[in-house]
Amino acid sequence: MSDLRALYQEVIAEHNKNPRNFRWMEDANRMAVGVNPLCGDKLTVYMKVDEQGIVRDVSFEGSGCAISVSSASIMTQMLKGKKVEEAERLFNAFHEAVTKDDPQSDLEALGKIAVLAGVRAYPSRVKCATLSWHTMHAALEGEEWVSTE
Amino acid sequence: MNYPGDFMSTASEYLHRSKAYDVYSIRADFPILAERSNGKPLVYLDNAATSQKPRAVLEAMDWTYRHAYANVHRGVHTLSERATKAYEDARTRVQRFIGAADPREIVFVRGTTEAINLVASSFGRTNIHSGDEILITEMEHHSNIVPWQLLRDQTGAKLRVAPINETGELVMEEFERLLNERTRIVALVHVSNALGTINPVKRIVEMAHAMGAKVLVDGAQAVPHMRVDVQDLGCDFYAFSSHKLYGPSGVGVLYGRYELLDAMPPYQGGGEMIRRVTFERSDYAKPPTRFEAGTPNIVGPVGLAAAINYVEELGLDNIAAHEDDLLRYATEATAELPGMRIIGNAARKASILSFELEGIHPHDIGTIVDHEGVALRAGHHCAMPVMDHFKVPATTRASFGLYNTREEIDAFIASLHKVREVLG
Ligand SMILES: Cc1ncc(COP(=O)(O)O)c(C=O)c1O
Repeated sequence: MSDLRALYQEVIAEHNKNPRNFRWMEDANRMAVGVNPLCGDKLTVYMKVDEQGIVRDVSFEGSGCAISVSSASIMTQMLKGKKVEEAERLFNAFHEAVTKDDPQSDLEALGKIAVLAGVRAYPSRVKCATLSWHTMHAALEGEEWVSTE
Repeated sequence: MNYPGDFMSTASEYLHRSKAYDVYSIRADFPILAERSNGKPLVYLDNAATSQKPRAVLEAMDWTYRHAYANVHRGVHTLSERATKAYEDARTRVQRFIGAADPREIVFVRGTTEAINLVASSFGRTNIHSGDEILITEMEHHSNIVPWQLLRDQTGAKLRVAPINETGELVMEEFERLLNERTRIVALVHVSNALGTINPVKRIVEMAHAMGAKVLVDGAQAVPHMRVDVQDLGCDFYAFSSHKLYGPSGVGVLYGRYELLDAMPPYQGGGEMIRRVTFERSDYAKPPTRFEAGTPNIVGPVGLAAAINYVEELGLDNIAAHEDDLLRYATEATAELPGMRIIGNAARKASILSFELEGIHPHDIGTIVDHEGVALRAGHHCAMPVMDHFKVPATTRASFGLYNTREEIDAFIASLHKVREVLG
C-alpha cells in the first residue's frame, strides 16, 4: 500500500481533477501532439517561447489517465518563465529518474514533478508520466508528432 | 506407454469428484490461485486474456517431457513413436471435443491468430480475387481484421464490416444487407472478447451458405465458456487457442472441413509438410500435415488434451452455468457503483464485464485494484473499432473463469470503491 500512496498522492488526484493550464493556446509558436498508442492517450502541448528563449506560456489539452494528466499539469506550472535549456534539463532529469535503474538525479533537483517519481515502481505506467514531457521536448525540437512507441 | 491420463478416454482416473460443481475444490487444482499478489490473495479476473493452468495440465506436460519426448513423425525409435502417438492422440481428443468429423480436420497452429492468418493466406490466395468481398463484423479482435486487410491489399478484394448496435449486438438486418453473392468468406467472432456478446453463429452460417460464402469462426473466447460443436454450427473453419482454455500457450487449433483443407495450398514451406522434394518441385502432404511445416509444438497439444479432459470432466454446461451466475452477480453488484457504465449489454453474453467508471481512466483503475490483489485488464482489448464505436479510449474488463467465486467478485467491487477513495 505504501507504494500506491507514493504513486497516487493527493497532489496527483487533485491535479487530475483540476488540471492547470488546460486550454488551447491561440498564439502558440511551438506545438506538438503526443500519443501513447498502447492506451490511446493523446495530449497536445502548446508553448510560447520568446526571442530570449524563455518559455512565456505553456498549456495542454487532451485526455489521459490521472498519471499523465497530473504530470502534464505539473509540467506546465514548472516550465512557465523557465529558459528552454532549463526545460530540457528538467525533461532529462525526470526521464532519467523514472527510467534508469540507478538514477543519478536527486529528487530535489526535480522540483514539483518529484511527486511522480514513484511511477518507477510501475513499469507499465512510466510512459503515462512521461508522455507530456516527450511532447514538450518534441515541440521544442520542432517536431509535431511524437509517439511513445 | 502413454500418459496415464489417457487422452482417448474421458472415463479417466480424474473422475474422482462428486457431481456437484464445487468451486472451492476446483480451485485447489490450480496451484497459482494460492499465490498472493501485493500481499493480498490473488483475485484473477483476466481470464479472457489468458487462463491459469490446472495441475492436470502441468503434470501431463511434465510427464511427457520426462518420458515421451522426441521429435514427432520422424524417428523410427521407440521414443519418437511414443511422442508421435501422444501428439496424434491429442489431435483426436480435440476432434471429439469440438465435434469434428475427422481428426485430419484438426491443424495444430500457434493460436487463434495463426489459424486465421493461415486461412486468409492459403484459402484467400486461391479463392478470393479482385472484386470479391470479405465480410467481418465491427466487434472483431484485431486478429480477425488485419489478416483480411492484408489479403484485401494483395488481391483487390473488398472488406465489408457489419455494424453493431448500442448493446453490442450484431445488427442482423445490416449483416444480411452486406452479405451478397460476391461475398466469398464471412469471418466473425463467436464470443466477443471486448463485449462478451455471443453471436448467433448457426443462423449466420445458414445465411452465408445460402449465398455461397464460406464461414470462419473465431472461437477464442467461446471454447472456454460453452459447448462447441462445429458440425452443428455448420461452419467451414473454426479457430481457437489452448491458453484461454486452461491449456498451455503457444498452441492452438484450426478446424477446417476436410475437402476445403485438401484444396488449399500450403501456408508455410519446410520439413514435414511434403511428400517428396526435388529442386524442380515438391509434392505436398495431405492435411493436416500440409499445414504443419517444421517441428511443431510437440508437448503443447498434450497439455491442451489434458485441459480438454479437465473441462469435460467438470462439464462445459456446468462451467457455463457457474460463469453465468458470476456474471449476473457481478452485473448486479456493479450497478450500484456511482458512474458505472457497462459496455456491452447483449441479451446473450458470456462472462465478460467491460466497463467505464465515469471520470476515471481504466489504467488508473487497473493499477489501484492491482494493489488490492485484483487482476483486471485495462486497455482497448485488441478491439480498437469497438472502442471507437462506444467512443471510449479504453475500458476496464473483468472476465470470469471456471474457478472464480462470488467472494472474489465482492473483493473486486471493494477494490473499485478503493479507486473512488484514492481518486475521488
Ligand atoms: C476473440 C479473440 N480472438 C482472437 C484472439 C487472439 O488469440 P491469440 O492471441 O491466442 O492468437 C483473442 C485473444 O486475445 C481473442 O480474445
